[in-house]
Amino acid sequence: MTASPGAPLSAAAPDIGALAARPRGVGGGRRPSPLQRSARIAILVIVIGYLGLPLFAMLEFSTRGNYGSRSLDSYAAMLNNQDLIDGVTTSLQIAVLTVVGMLLLLVPTMVWTVVRVPRMRRVVEFLCLLPLAIPAIVLVVGIGPIYRWMGQHLGAVGASPLTLAFIDIVLCLPFAYRAIDSSLRSIDSATLADASRSLGAGWPRTIFQVILPNIRAGVLSASVLAIALVLGEYTISSLLSFNTLQVAIYLLGGRDPFISVAVSLSALVFAFILLIVIARVGGGGRRDQREVEEPAT
Amino acid sequence: MTVASPAIASNGHGVGVTFEDMHRWYGSVHALNGLSIDIAPGEFIALLGPSGCGKTTALRALGGLDEVDQGRILVDGRDITRVPTNRRNMGIVFQAYSLFPNMTARDNVAYGLRLRGVDRAARKKKADEMLDLVGLAAQASRYPHQMSGGQQQRVALARALAIEPSVLLLDEPLSALDAKVRRQLREEIRRIQIMIGITTLFVTHDQEEALAMGDRVGVMSAGRLEQIAAPTELYDRPKTRFVAEFVGLTNRIPGTAANGSVTVLGANVPLLDGSAHSGAVFALVRPENIRVVATQDGGARVAAVSFLGSLCRAQVTLPDETLVVAQMSAAEAGDLQPGTAVRVSVLPSPVFAVAD
Ligand SMILES: Nc1ncnc2c1ncn2[C@@H]1O[C@H](COP(=O)(O)OP(=O)(O)O)[C@@H](O)[C@H]1O
Ligand SMILES: [Mg+2]
Repeated sequence: MTASPGAPLSAAAPDIGALAARPRGVGGGRRPSPLQRSARIAILVIVIGYLGLPLFAMLEFSTRGNYGSRSLDSYAAMLNNQDLIDGVTTSLQIAVLTVVGMLLLLVPTMVWTVVRVPRMRRVVEFLCLLPLAIPAIVLVVGIGPIYRWMGQHLGAVGASPLTLAFIDIVLCLPFAYRAIDSSLRSIDSATLADASRSLGAGWPRTIFQVILPNIRAGVLSASVLAIALVLGEYTISSLLSFNTLQVAIYLLGGRDPFISVAVSLSALVFAFILLIVIARVGGGGRRDQREVEEPAT
Repeated sequence: MTVASPAIASNGHGVGVTFEDMHRWYGSVHALNGLSIDIAPGEFIALLGPSGCGKTTALRALGGLDEVDQGRILVDGRDITRVPTNRRNMGIVFQAYSLFPNMTARDNVAYGLRLRGVDRAARKKKADEMLDLVGLAAQASRYPHQMSGGQQQRVALARALAIEPSVLLLDEPLSALDAKVRRQLREEIRRIQIMIGITTLFVTHDQEEALAMGDRVGVMSAGRLEQIAAPTELYDRPKTRFVAEFVGLTNRIPGTAANGSVTVLGANVPLLDGSAHSGAVFALVRPENIRVVATQDGGARVAAVSFLGSLCRAQVTLPDETLVVAQMSAAEAGDLQPGTAVRVSVLPSPVFAVAD
C-alpha cells in the first residue's frame, strides 16, 4: 500500500496547499556543484528581476512627490476616492458571492459524480472547461441582452453589479474544477463514501464529515482562484458598464496615473497576502496527499 | 495481542445469510447470474474466483452498496434486499484506502459508534478495546498516512467490528499487502472471527487464502457458483471441470476412461462424478498423487527439482514428452536430480477427467 490511489496530483492544477507543504520536503539529497549553484542563483536573479522590477517601478512611480522627494500622497488620495472605494467594495462583494456560488455548484456536483456516476466525470469536466474556450467578448455579446433585460425588469436587484457574480462563477469554473478535481483524485472518494455509509452514515454526513475535510486544500485553492479572478476581471464589467475595482482603476488611470498605479500595487499586495494566509490555513492540517510508507507490521 | 475483554467477547450466535437467485447486469455484462448461497450462523465463507467473476458484486449486494436486479437477500430470515446500506449494520473491510485520512485510528474506529449516539467516553473505551484486539493499541493517535498497509487494514477491521455488525464482509482485504504480512493477518482475522463468532463473507482470488481461511469455500465463475464445500472436499472432490482446474495445481495426463474409472500411466483410478467418462480423456491429477521412483528402466526423466522447505516438487518428462509435476516430502525426494531416470505412477485417489 505504498502508492497513492488514482492519478498523481495533476501538475497543471494550481495547488495552494503545496506552497505550504513544500519547505518540509526539500533539502535532502545531493549537494549542488559550484557551477550548479551559480546557475541557480542566476536563474533566481532573472526571475526576481522579471517579476520584481515592474513592482519596484510601480512603487517608485506611485511614491513620487514634488521635486524628487518621496510621498505617500497617492496612497492617501486612494483612500479618499469614492469611485475607487465603491469599486473595491463591489468587487469584494462579487468575490464573496462568486466563491459561495461556485462552491455550492461545484462541490456537490463533483463529489456526486465521482462517488455515484463516475461515467459522467468526463461530461462534467468538459462543461467546466468550456469557459476557457469561449472568449470573454463572445460571452458578453451572448449574455449582454440578458443583463439588459434584468436591468429593465428586475429593479434594483437586476441592475446591481453583484449580478456579475453569475458570469464570474462561470468564468472561474475551469480553474476551480481543476483544483477540486486534483484533491478528489488524491483520495479514494468512492471507497471512503462506501465505508462511511456502511458504518451507518447518510449522504449529508458522509459528504460533510468524510469527503469535504479531505478535499479542503482543493476547495481553498478553488476559492483563492475565484477571488483572484473576480478582483482581476475587467473586460466583462467594463463592457456591461459596471463599476468594479479594475474598471475604477482604469478610469482613474486617465485622470490621475499616480493614484491608479498606487491602487494596482495595493491590489497586488492584497492578493499576495490573501494567498499566503489561505495557504497557511489550508496547509496547516494538510492530509490530502498520502505519504509513501514502507510496510512495517 | 491480548485476550478479549468482556465487551468484545463472543456473542456466540451469528446470523444466517441467504442469497436467493441473485442477478445483476451492468449493461450487457451479467455480473451475477443466478447466484444462490446459504451461509450458516457464525460460518466463515470464502468466496473464490478469478478476477471479474462477480465476487465483489455479490459482496456489495450483501453490504447494500449495490443493488441486485433480481433475487433476494435474507439475513436472519429477514428480507433486506431493499434496505439501504446505512441501516444494514454490516461491517465491511475494503481492499485498501478506506480509512478516513482526516481522522486518527481511534476516531476512525469510533466513527460508527458516534453515529449510533454512543457518548464520548464509552466511544473512546470501545475504540481502544477494538484497537487492542487487532494489536494496535499503541497506534491509536496515528493518522492513516502514518501507518503501514497492514496496520491500516487492521484498523479497518477494528472499525468494521466496532459497530458489532450482524455480518462481517471482507473484499480482498489482504491483496495489497506483501506476502508475510498477508499470511500473518489472515490468521489473525480468522482467530478474531472465531472468537467473536460472527458470520463472515470473505472475498478473494487467492486460492491458498480461501482454502486456509474458510469453513467452506465457494468457487465462482462468470457470475454463478460452481461449487461450495469444505476446503478438503473442494480440493479432493471437485464437482465441475472449472473447480478441478482452478483450485490447486493439476497435471493433465492422457488416459482411457471406461466404467467409472480411468487408466492413466498404467494405474486404474476411480473417476469423480461429473467427469468425462469414456474414451480418450485427460486425467487431472494432483502433484501429490503422483509417485516418482528412481529406477534405471523407468523411461521418464527428471527435468527439474525445487525444494519448498519441507516439501519438494519435481518436474518429470514422461516418455511421450508430457511434462508432469510431482510433489513429495523432501525425504522421499532423496537424491532426485535433473536427468535421473525415474518411473512415474499415479496413486489411486479419485480424479477428475476432461475430454479435451
Ligand atoms: N459499476 C460497474 N459498472 C460496470 N460494470 C461493472 C461494475 N462493477 C462490476 N462490473 C463488471 O461486473 C463484472 C464482475 O465484477 P466484480 O464483481 O467486480 O468482479 P470480481 O470482484 O470477482 O473481480 C466484471 O465484468 C466487471 O467489469
Ligand atoms: Mg473484486
